[in-house]
Formats: sequence, structure tokens, C-alpha cells
Amino acid sequence: MNKTTALITAGALSLTWSGTLLADDGYITLASTTSTENSGLFGAIIPAFTEKTGIDVRVVAVGTGQAFEIGRRGDADSLLVHDTAGEEQFVADGYATERLNVMYNDFVIVGPSDDPAGISDSETVVDAMQQIAESESPFASRGDDSGTNRAELRLWEDAGITPQGEWYRELGSGMGPTLNTAAGMDAYTFTDRATWVAFENPQDLTLLFEGDEALFNQYGSLLLSAERHPHLKHDLAAQWHEWLVSKEGQQAIADFEVDGQQLFFPNAE
Amino acid sequence: MNASQPPPVATLAFDGAAFTHRGHTLLKPTTLRLSGCQRTLIMGPNGAGKSLLMRLAHGLLPPTSGAVGWQGTAPTQAMVFQRPVLLRRSALDNLTYVLAINKTLRPALNRTAGHSISRKAQAMQALDKFGLAHLAQRPARVLSGGEQQRLALARAWLLNPQVLFLDEPTSALDPAAIKAVEDAVLEFHRRGTRIVMSTHDLHQARRLADDVVFLHNGHLLEHTLAKQFFSAPASREASAFIRGELVW
Amino acid sequence: MLTSDNAFSTALALILSMDSALISIVMLSLQVSLMAVVIASLLALPLGAALALWRFPGRNAVIIVLNALMGLPPVVAGLCVYLLLSRAGPLGSWGLLFTPTAMVIAQVILVLPIIAALTRQQIETLHGEYAEQLQSLGLTRPRMIPTLLWDARFGLLTVILAGFGRASAEVGAVMIVGGNIDGVTRVMTTSIVLETSKGNLPMALGLGIILLILVTMINAIAHMIGETAKKRLG
Repeated sequence: MNKTTALITAGALSLTWSGTLLADDGYITLASTTSTENSGLFGAIIPAFTEKTGIDVRVVAVGTGQAFEIGRRGDADSLLVHDTAGEEQFVADGYATERLNVMYNDFVIVGPSDDPAGISDSETVVDAMQQIAESESPFASRGDDSGTNRAELRLWEDAGITPQGEWYRELGSGMGPTLNTAAGMDAYTFTDRATWVAFENPQDLTLLFEGDEALFNQYGSLLLSAERHPHLKHDLAAQWHEWLVSKEGQQAIADFEVDGQQLFFPNAE
Repeated sequence: MNASQPPPVATLAFDGAAFTHRGHTLLKPTTLRLSGCQRTLIMGPNGAGKSLLMRLAHGLLPPTSGAVGWQGTAPTQAMVFQRPVLLRRSALDNLTYVLAINKTLRPALNRTAGHSISRKAQAMQALDKFGLAHLAQRPARVLSGGEQQRLALARAWLLNPQVLFLDEPTSALDPAAIKAVEDAVLEFHRRGTRIVMSTHDLHQARRLADDVVFLHNGHLLEHTLAKQFFSAPASREASAFIRGELVW
Repeated sequence: MLTSDNAFSTALALILSMDSALISIVMLSLQVSLMAVVIASLLALPLGAALALWRFPGRNAVIIVLNALMGLPPVVAGLCVYLLLSRAGPLGSWGLLFTPTAMVIAQVILVLPIIAALTRQQIETLHGEYAEQLQSLGLTRPRMIPTLLWDARFGLLTVILAGFGRASAEVGAVMIVGGNIDGVTRVMTTSIVLETSKGNLPMALGLGIILLILVTMINAIAHMIGETAKKRLG
């Protein structure tokens, strides 16, 4: 290596670099959940939005807790998350001006196929959770303050159980890693259906409990406050926010399928 | 070249200069004058303080007390070490290097040529002068000990110093290589360079010295003309040294 | 299910398909990491050399901190850069969060201490050997630095490769400051994390194999350049 080569390399690098940086400004940054990104929903619906408006949507997929934090700091133009109580608080705190229902899917409980806690026959999800706790069957919890994690904790509360002990394992991970771990340790876990259906490493895990209304998983879109974060691309973000609940956007969500199975159900009012 | 009168060289003055390291006084307070364009040989047994005296003289180390300095304008200087320090480059590049870092350098070869020649050409002439032209592209650090020392001398030659310090430059060399170094020393001197060289080789000193500085245990015991030193040394240690007895 | 067979066949299929999404991910990975290493080297080589040459109060503390920072967890570096570049942070107005530039900044922070600390070590050794000669030639310490860096070049090449290894292997920092945005900030390592979380382990491992091949190729090229030059120059 001599100085000339180094210079040429640096030059070439900076050239390709400027190409990356010169990308147009017609995009918004969307903080959303891993469940929507990992299942492939955004890959399916964003092209339709981009085609109509010319706006690209850059998705940062994180847990709902982190998505709220990104929104509070003004690092994303829009939020699409699934923790209705948290979202309403977010609006009440003045970080967002509007929250709209976009779609729902549901949570399910998956576990080892021999079902040691016998939850497949449970009447309600609360029963199922009680059975898991009583039999002290291993249960893998996200433990990451995500929307799914918050929903799971609310259900334990409804079941009158404080989950703790050897059997209850808080992983502090996203949905995918939690499923990988649950599969590895033959544990039950609480997951959104979309991530589960798109998940490719189930090993001995199988879907054991579904269908209770309490497992309803609502997604909401948040329009961030222009007052609090004036620098954000509020115009573009508003177009996205409105498109999601438009007839067109709702249809795109309904059309998204994995293995012939619809994963998200539009329910904008 | 020896026809032209060499310019007078400033006098190097040690005034009570001493050097102490970790509580050991390696050079006792020393007063010394080195003047004129002579060949001064610093002599003494190992550990006498010869290398230290050379380093103080060349300004690589400051004395811990007393003063070392030049009376008048400090002359241009170069130093050849016991183990030549050569850069990890080819022999040729070792020489072009000193020309590149010292842009004001006007080597003798250039001066006589009367017009500016390229660094590379200057370096090649120096290599040729020291019989190294055929090794120009060879990595300097794979050369033999004698070749390395000649390369160090060629480097010093390009610097065209008014004073050349040589610190036991032949102590690790075979007789043929020693001869080449001594010839080079005489060649430098002919060009008008003052020589300050340390050695513990009595025969070498007899061949080269105009005057002798004799050190023993960090004490400067004698500074006399060579003739006088070898025929009638003043100190007991020097006479023993000349007789070839072991002194320490 | 994951077997080593289908990981390799997935890797092979990925390479053969020359999938454009994959190519852009690979290119971005290389761009980000190489850029980070170039910038870090430009800063850390002179810094390390200066640290080797100068004695000043607190020097040992600086060296200890640099050595310790070699073990800085990438996710911590990422978090610091995130807080710095976040809109609510001091440099938020630059709008760099979730861009490749942010990823380069984070990786520079990870790589710089490695290159600086190891350079310091190498240059200190070389300076021990060269000091008297260079001083005799009349070089002041600032002017010794280029000579020492050049003559230590073979050792420093390895140092820079160590930095590149750290940059190309880490995921914690680029995940946080880049956001793993498809087509914008998704690189090899964040793709691997994503595929793992999708349970698509053959794909994840396949991407890992490709990353390993790329890093090996870059190291091989650097090694060959170094060996050829070493043979030529000794």
C-alpha cells in the first residue's frame, strides 16, 4: 500500500458515499414494532403508498417501548405501535396530536407440542395462564417493555398472578429471539400471530391457545406533535397517517398474506 | 578536494559537564576543548564513558550538570553509531531519505557538479563512492554488518558534516570492513570534516589519531597529542592501557 | 430446520443469485466499515505515534483509557452516538440519526482506540531503535512521526486490519444508530440479527458465511500486499 493507493481508495469511497447521501428528501422515518416488520407487512404495503405519493417510508423496527422513546426524542416522523393504553398516554403527554386505530391481529400462546400445562382445552386465556403458572411450566417472556410484553403482563394481572420463580424466564429480547429461545428450552410463550406465522424456526413449538377476545392486539398510528418537534416532516407523515386509514391503505393491509393466511385485519373507523 | 582550505570549525567546549543516571555518576565533571580540524580519538576501556561523551558532544543528551556547547556557530554534524540504525527501506531509499528531510542540504557532489542533480543521482553517487552501488535496491537491513556500516557512512557523507562523530564504528566488523571504515574516515577528513571517534582498539587509534582523549571510569584522564600519548602517557591507567594490560 | 448443509447451500444460492438487495447490503457494509477504518486511521495513527513520542503528565492515564476503550461494548458506543445525534441531543440538528453517516461515526469510535493503542505500542518500540539516529539527523519529534509510521507500516497494516475486523463484525452500534432500515442502513450484521429473529436461521448463517468470506478476502489482499512489500524491502 502506498499513499497513492490510499488516496484513490479514499476518493472512491467518498464518491460512492456521496451517492448514498444524496438520496432524495422524500421519505419519512417510521418507528414501528418488530412484529409488523418481521412478518413482512411493510414490505407489502409501503410500495403501494410510495407509488401513490412518491414518499418512501423508512422503518426502524424496535419494541413499542423504544418506539415511544424514539418518538419522544423526535427521532422519527411517525409511529405505528400496538399498546393502546400507552398510545393514549403518549397523546395525553402532548407528544402526539392524534391516535387512530389502523388494524389488529391477535396474540396467541405457543408452547411445546405435548402441552404439559394442558392449555389447549382452556376456556379463556386467563385460565390458560393460570394453568401454566400452577404447573410451573417454563414460560419465556419478552421482558422488554414492548407492546406484546405489556399485553402479556396485563393478562397475568387479570389472572391474579405475579409471575415469578424458576419457571418464568424474562429474556429481555425481541419477539423473534424470544421464540428462538422458547423453542430451544421447550417453553410456552406469548406472541403476536403475525410474527408466529412468519417464524421459520418453530422446532417443537406449536400454537396451543388462540381466539379469546382478550387477546385482541390493536395497532394504532400516531401523528406526532408539530409543536413539540417542529423539525419533523409532519406534512409527509400526515399523508402516511391518513393513507393507513384510507380505503386504499386498509385494503393493502387486508391483502397481505403469509402462506395464504391473512395476518392483519384493518379496522379503521 | 583537499587543495581547498577547509573552513575553520568551531570549538566544542565541555565546561564541568557531568552526567548522572539513577544516582550513578557515569561521567565526572569534565572540562575539555576540541578545536581545529583534527582527528580526535576517544579512548578507554569498556564502560569508561566514551559513548556517553560522544552523545553529549553531539547533543543527543544534555549533561545533568555543567555545560556542553560550541564556541561560535554550531557546525553541521553527523554521527555514525556502533550498530548502524538503518531505515526499513532499500539502501538507496535510506540515502534519498536524508536528502528529502534536509532540503537545504547542498552535498559536496552537487557543489562540484555545479548544477543541481536529482536526489536519486546524488544518492547513487554516494553509494558508488562507498562501493555499494550494486546493492542500491537491496533492503538495507539484510546487508552484512560491513555493508551496513558503509551505508551509514554514505548517509553521513551526503550530509557533508563539518564534524563527524563515530562511536566505535568498527567494533563488530572483520578486518576488511574495518579497513573500509578507516579509509572512509580519512576520506571525510580530507574533505575537511573534523573527526571525533571512539575506539578501544589501540592499533586503530595509532593509525588514525591526531590527538587522544583518554577516559577511565568516567574520568577524563588525558587529552594530548597522539604522539605524546602513545610514547609518554601521563596517567598510570593510560600506560597500562597502552601496554595492553587489563585496566578497569 | 437449520443444518450446516442448508446454511452453506443458502449462502451459495445467495452468492450465485447476485441478488440486488444482497449486493447493496454487502456494499453498504463494506462502505461503512472501510470508511470508518480510513477515518479512524487518519486520526489514530498520528495520535498513537504522538502518544509514543511525548512524555506529559497524565500520559499513563491516557494510555490506560485507550487500552480500556479497546473493549468498549459496541452497544454502548452506539448508545452514546444515538444520544449525541438524536434530535433531542446536542448534534440533533444535523439530522444524521438513522443514516449511514451515523453508523460510520459509531464505528470510528469503536475502531479508533484499537488503532491508536496498538500504534502507540508499535511506534514506541520502533522509536526506541530509531530515536538517536533521527535526532542525529536533526529531526524534531513532530517530524519523526511520518518516518516512524512509514517504517512501521507492516505492523500497522495488521493494526488497521484489527480495526477493520472490529468494525465489520460489530452489530450493537450500527443497529442502534442505523436502525436497520431496509435499503438505507441495513448491513450484513444487522441483517443477520433480523433473519435470526425471524427464525430464518439458514439465511442468517448464510449471510454470516458471506460476511466471513468477504472479511477473509480483504485480509488476504492486505496480507499479500504486506508480504510482497516485506519481501521487497526487508
